[in-house]
Amino acid sequence: MKVTFPHLGNAYIAIEALLRGLGHEPIAPPPTTRHTLELGSLHSPGELCLPFKIVLGNMLEGLELGADSVLMIGGWGPCRLGYYGEIQRILLEALGKRVEFITLEVPRGSYATYFQRFRKLAAARSAKALLHGARLSWAKLTALEGLEELALKARPREQISGAASRYLQEQLARLREAETVHEVQQIVEEAEVGFRAIMGPERAHLLRVGLLGEIYTVVESFANLGVEERLGELGVEVVRTISLREWVENHIFRKALGLYSLRPLRRLASGYLSGFIGGHGLESVARSVALARQNLDGIVHILPLSCMPEIVARGILPRLSKDEQIPILSLVVDEHMGESGFQTRLEAFVDLLQRRVDALGKQRSACLSGN
Amino acid sequence: MRLASKGRPVYLGIDVGSVSTNLVLLDGEDSRSSLVWKKYLRTQGAPLAALKKGLSLIAEEGMWEIRGVGTTGSGRELAGAMLGADIVKNEITAHATAALHSDPTVSTIVEIGGQDSKLIVLRDGVVVDFAMNTVCAAGTGSFLDQQAARLGVPIENFGDLALSSSNPVRIAGRCTVFAETDMIHKQQLGMGIPDILAGLCAAMVRNFLNNLASGKELRPTVFFQGGVAANAGMKRAFELALNQPVHVPDHYDVMGAVGAALLAKEELEKSSGETRFFGLEQAVNCDVTNRTYECRRCPNNCEISEIWRDGAFLASWGSRCGQVGTQHGS
Repeated sequence: MKVTFPHLGNAYIAIEALLRGLGHEPIAPPPTTRHTLELGSLHSPGELCLPFKIVLGNMLEGLELGADSVLMIGGWGPCRLGYYGEIQRILLEALGKRVEFITLEVPRGSYATYFQRFRKLAAARSAKALLHGARLSWAKLTALEGLEELALKARPREQISGAASRYLQEQLARLREAETVHEVQQIVEEAEVGFRAIMGPERAHLLRVGLLGEIYTVVESFANLGVEERLGELGVEVVRTISLREWVENHIFRKALGLYSLRPLRRLASGYLSGFIGGHGLESVARSVALARQNLDGIVHILPLSCMPEIVARGILPRLSKDEQIPILSLVVDEHMGESGFQTRLEAFVDLLQRRVDALGKQRSACLSGN
Repeated sequence: MRLASKGRPVYLGIDVGSVSTNLVLLDGEDSRSSLVWKKYLRTQGAPLAALKKGLSLIAEEGMWEIRGVGTTGSGRELAGAMLGADIVKNEITAHATAALHSDPTVSTIVEIGGQDSKLIVLRDGVVVDFAMNTVCAAGTGSFLDQQAARLGVPIENFGDLALSSSNPVRIAGRCTVFAETDMIHKQQLGMGIPDILAGLCAAMVRNFLNNLASGKELRPTVFFQGGVAANAGMKRAFELALNQPVHVPDHYDVMGAVGAALLAKEELEKSSGETRFFGLEQAVNCDVTNRTYECRRCPNNCEISEIWRDGAFLASWGSRCGQVGTQHGS
């Protein structure tokens, strides 16, 4: 089958490897652009969130490249995203697209149903080939997030503007082509040296800002207008709290084995939120507390318009900001947002953090509504 | 670059906004950095032309020596690249800097411009919180302009007429379209223009506070700045809603530019360097062009804007992959 799939940051590199291992031809959609969003919005119900529209746009662009199947995640639990695949399947059908729609659901309790779905995907492949694909895909996922984290450290320290982002793109392109786990590891090792060469001498006090919120909008740079690059250019080191690798570990492996526990998150969020509220709502609250206690200078919280779990979190963050003495900027993203207002808010937030550090030490707090 | 003829040393602040382009000169030798010259020009969709016009007015006077330049506003990057500004700052920091300079006790700043509005919260002279509205036209100067025109009231008289109202009507201010519908309805009921204008001011203030101030403590001293602060009806509506005096600073209409000039001064004093300013004569006479195109170097197809001065490339914006030019300034 020729399988296309929606983008999620740079995860396409790992997904391509996985699909090849399963014996299919991966058709990665072109990079997400304004056109993708326009295409997705045109065929989406208006009240659905930004991720839905971009994902649908990706699928349509992937199909234009000749794909005959669509791979999507779904299932119970995360948020409305769980049934997005089903709606998208119906929308594509209504548009007259003849496609095989495969929804990978997070297993509920047992692996048996999971494997049944996978069997459809892994037609007539040897165990050895499947294993290689799975290992390579996992290595690439780990590597691409490792490279991105190196870029987060390098950006505020780079000597030539834009050098870290350009270098990251080059390494990601190499990673995409890598065919063995050994090659993948080599790229990461070389990149560690490469990124170090980009960085200038260490500055006295570099602002460190944590990034959290709804997972799709945090990971997908088109959806968050490149917030990591923007903050990096403003001389801020971004600390991620969301990793796709960790998400897969927690929600696909641990949950299925009954090993995933919300207790650590609940403990951090105690006094604010007592349990799971869908999506990353609990994570956003719990991790804000964790970041404040790690002495970060501030937090940027990103959410799509109409995202219920994050709206709950956003309602809690002002009090948390006061209690934990950490400024928080909440930014809502949707298809109507303007780039200049977004940039102005980030610049003003960074100025606020810098002046706060300069003038008051760390005595004050602020929780910003942003929009 | 210094001007050939020496003059009175000043810092130039420029605020290139969507509706107005403001320029100020602050005394470079006076420790209080008092304002010695200001100009409020309409941008009219052509920021570069407005900017050149402002600069030529300064050059014509022939008595100023520019020590440093700061830019702010939505056109800050463009103006900064064209002139070789010493600092390019966002509007929030610029407005806060200017307000603090005129009164160090300021704790709340309400700023309403042509196409956006802001609320800045300060404590002990430091910005601790802010909110910006850039998506809703209700609560911006453009809407007041439009309604004044519809009612046949010159915008200059708007405030005084609103103040003369003895019985303001209640107008739905959640959305400009519905506000207008409601105003027409009240007019048809025979209510007087002053009462409708006063009601409109109150509705705009309610909208502003609902959108931007929820959960924030608005302590004194409260400043009201931006073009709309000229409207005495709006000032009184804020005072009634906040139940405390609201101060409109002397140079309320150019506070962003004042802030930019102050920040340029601070920056140059910190680095004790020379200004990077291109020069007044040069800036007035140079030929600046901008060009926008869709880049095809990678599949992102970014829309790139470039600025060229006298045939030389200055800066570009809009590239996501970083292969083309630079993203912010030079």
